[in-house]
Amino acid sequence: MRQHKNTFYLFASISLSVGLLLSQALPAHALEDQLTVVTSYPKDLTTTFKKAFEKQYPGIKVEMLKKKTTAGVKYIQETASNNSSDLFWASAPDAFEVLKEDGLLQKYTVKATGIPEVIGSYPINDPDGYYKGFAGSGYGIMWNTRYLKAKKIPAPHEWSDLTKAVYHGHTGMSAPSRSGTTHLTVETILQGEGWDNGWKLMKEIAGNFHTVTERSFGVPDGVNSGQFGVGIVIDFFGLSSQASGFPVEFVYPSVTTLVPANIAIVNKAPHPEAAGAFIEFLLSDAGQRILLDPKIRRLPVRPEIYALAPKDFPNPFVDKSIGAKVKFDVLKSKSRYNLVNSMFDVMVTYRLDDLRKATKAVQDAEKAMVGKDNAEAAQLITEARALIAALPIDEAKSLDKEFAATFKKKRKKATDKVTGRQAEVEQQWDAMVKSNYAKAKALAEKASSLL
Amino acid sequence: MVRVRTPYLIASTLAFFLLVFLVIPVGEVIYVAFQDSSTGALTLINFVDFFKTSLFRESFVNSFYVAGMSVLFASLIAMPLAYFTTRFNFGGSIIIQTLGIVPLIMPPFVGAVAMQLLFGSNGSANLLLDQWFGINIPFMEGLNGVILVESIHYFPFILINLSAALNNIDRSMEEAAQNLGSSGMRLFRRIVLPLAMPGYLAGASLVFLKAFDDLGTPLLLNVNNMLATQAYLRISSIGISDPMGYVISVILVLFSLFSLWVSMLASKGKDYSGGGKGSSGLLKRDMRGWEKAGAYALIVFLLILVLSPHISLLLLSFGTIWSYSVLPDAFTTAHYVEVISTTREYITNTLLYAGIAASFDVFIGIAISYVVLRTQVIGRRWLDYIATGALAVPGVVLGIGYLRTFNDFNVPVIGKPLASWWVIIVIALTIRRLPYALRACTAALHQVSNTLEEAAENLGAGKTATVRKIVVPLMAGGIVAGFVTSFATATVELSATLMLVTAESDAPLAYGIYVFMQSAAGRGPGAALGLIAVVVVALGSYLAHHFIERNKRLQVTSTG
Repeated sequence: MRQHKNTFYLFASISLSVGLLLSQALPAHALEDQLTVVTSYPKDLTTTFKKAFEKQYPGIKVEMLKKKTTAGVKYIQETASNNSSDLFWASAPDAFEVLKEDGLLQKYTVKATGIPEVIGSYPINDPDGYYKGFAGSGYGIMWNTRYLKAKKIPAPHEWSDLTKAVYHGHTGMSAPSRSGTTHLTVETILQGEGWDNGWKLMKEIAGNFHTVTERSFGVPDGVNSGQFGVGIVIDFFGLSSQASGFPVEFVYPSVTTLVPANIAIVNKAPHPEAAGAFIEFLLSDAGQRILLDPKIRRLPVRPEIYALAPKDFPNPFVDKSIGAKVKFDVLKSKSRYNLVNSMFDVMVTYRLDDLRKATKAVQDAEKAMVGKDNAEAAQLITEARALIAALPIDEAKSLDKEFAATFKKKRKKATDKVTGRQAEVEQQWDAMVKSNYAKAKALAEKASSLL
Repeated sequence: MVRVRTPYLIASTLAFFLLVFLVIPVGEVIYVAFQDSSTGALTLINFVDFFKTSLFRESFVNSFYVAGMSVLFASLIAMPLAYFTTRFNFGGSIIIQTLGIVPLIMPPFVGAVAMQLLFGSNGSANLLLDQWFGINIPFMEGLNGVILVESIHYFPFILINLSAALNNIDRSMEEAAQNLGSSGMRLFRRIVLPLAMPGYLAGASLVFLKAFDDLGTPLLLNVNNMLATQAYLRISSIGISDPMGYVISVILVLFSLFSLWVSMLASKGKDYSGGGKGSSGLLKRDMRGWEKAGAYALIVFLLILVLSPHISLLLLSFGTIWSYSVLPDAFTTAHYVEVISTTREYITNTLLYAGIAASFDVFIGIAISYVVLRTQVIGRRWLDYIATGALAVPGVVLGIGYLRTFNDFNVPVIGKPLASWWVIIVIALTIRRLPYALRACTAALHQVSNTLEEAAENLGAGKTATVRKIVVPLMAGGIVAGFVTSFATATVELSATLMLVTAESDAPLAYGIYVFMQSAAGRGPGAALGLIAVVVVALGSYLAHHFIERNKRLQVTSTG
């Protein structure tokens, strides 16, 4: 009998403690003077801005709701009918584009003056007036100094360095479909080098990948741990890792683009006044100055702030090498957004093993080739390289609206019609890519055997 | 009349709960799997696409292979631990059982980093191997890496359920076998193992389902060619419209149900229940000296293996910088100071949420297993199938489903949508962790003999009294096992939670870890927060075990 009672005591005490906690945990929300910001930014950035803003506007309590960019977009979409968010604050411009197209953002006219139209060659603000850029970030390469020293690998400086055999199995990047900023890197390379050459370069770099990480922060995380040596990252990931004490360094290659970091007011925001005040604060002198904090490390959009920056801080308004080489075409990028993501996943993410093996075989053959003269082997290697670089579609097709629609398939109304299915197209691509990689590997191995 | 109606009343309440909080929200999201993307009409074309795509077929085979191998390795780890601690008088049995639960709590993100720092291609293990022998073993690469991690992560499902079952075996069976001259391995193979089968099957099917549906591990190892990862990657890309993610989710759910059904067939038509008295567990005996040494050596080896990620987590939480080195550069307590001073509410919230969710899970688990095994309600098995199907529903899908379904439903009195009230997080945890408690309760009820209930009823006890005074107490071991597994895993749930958190003050610990793990400086505090979760859960399960052991001693003294 004792035993039965004890069973019940356990559950009784659980329910009791649950009840007690419950009464304490009920949050008491103020209904006025608050501001809810949905953001993908790290704690260092959000907390600093929250404190500074609350100091300037003592009446407003800021709630920073941290969600991954994708989760943030979903959250705003799903809660639109009963919206409680005021601001959406994130980097990836495409996330804002998605929300804008769904009519979930509100136009806002900035009162602050003295902010230029472009940073690098990228327009700071949404031309339609929905979202505003408040900072810039550039893409580059970070590496773990201990790792490179131990493995006797030289530090890379250009994208093309990463295609060299010495980096095989030592580099990492995120996938454009999961990280809007990574998407911009890929699109920049495609626009800077041209469609065919850009993909060729991208695949040569990817052939050396140790991994394609699931989220963009996975790259600095892996480099910091020494899981892989070199990562393609957005600048503040590299620089803030360094500031936190990790043995890493960061460099901007000569072809890079500046990505603006954005903010927008959510449609039917419950606190539009406070939201406006927050945007103005971000763009004000005080707000922009916070960006220079080593833990935050974003490039301000106000040129005069750079006077206060530390010496080695890059200034895109003066130093035209950052982000000026590529004339970034936003509309082009937008029109094939999902298509580029899908191509990257099919050719790299999902077939990374095959791609790596083929690349390794080619690199081995080329190494064996050094100092030898064998026309047949050279021919085989060229063919193998061409097979790896081969694309399922050309640039014209990528810009073909009807084809790109296969990857959008956003039926606004029940009467809308779109043709083709993404899965069908991807299956065709996959079959082609897989057999090309296998053939390339066989050819390269044959070349090696001749040498 | 009452006797006929009551089971239906209970069954329909359960069905209603599952319908509202599982079937409808999930249906709201995954219906696109059945929709022709160009016309919006109902279709199965997306499923045709699935089977036509070689990538998905490969993923399916990979997931199946990983799940099967994980069950094998998890059994190899769990069986010795369960057997030695329940069969022999063994110093520290409770501690071993408690430590055996810890691997279930793998905090998101930090757990991954800790694993990589230890077993990764340039982790401590490989750096040492390289120094000493000049070799590098790819522990964490590809499918084998996934199997390794899944096995040491999920073997506690088998350990807990098997231990509960072993403790529930009727001693008289064993005595009878011994009197008839059976002993040693033969006794184990012919008597003990078969009698403990419901517990083993409950655990093994959970490991299988979990390894099949698991997302975290393949993501951490960046293995993309598995079903759960394919579903997640497709669902979570920005501005999604590709229905394949949802098609894969449907297939995950269907296949999980199918394998559950197969595991049920295996135990069908067999009677595992003890005899006419409350079961009392195996005879415990002392081991001989060399036996003891061997058993301890094996147990210590297994514990080091399965706890290594947590040892690494401990180092990470106290370390300053840990990069491409065997150990961190230096040690500090600063991360704990930061965590405790800034995020105390995450910890209390987590205890609250996981505590309520696991309690609900246990109550619902008892109710469903009772309806399924003890009543004749038509369609009763579907309660079990549907509740277990929750295991295969990706957390993101459930999260989106809740936002979509409950955002327009304003809770009276509170005056805000159910979707943004913290209670929705508790409900999500309850649904997501229900399968664990349910399997444990079902296994426990399998071992309770009908005759005891009949006897009670013959003596005039009503159904309610019988359940409360006879059935539930006899299931206690399984109930606690279910509570512990549900609670432990709920404390570190992230995917649905991240979708549903609407205010930082309502956020649980997993969200806190996510926030820390977004910046380079946050790794140490994130690890500290993760370790706090581990310690809290370990304490909780230690108390639970302590409670069972004390009960058993009380029972022995009162009957003996």
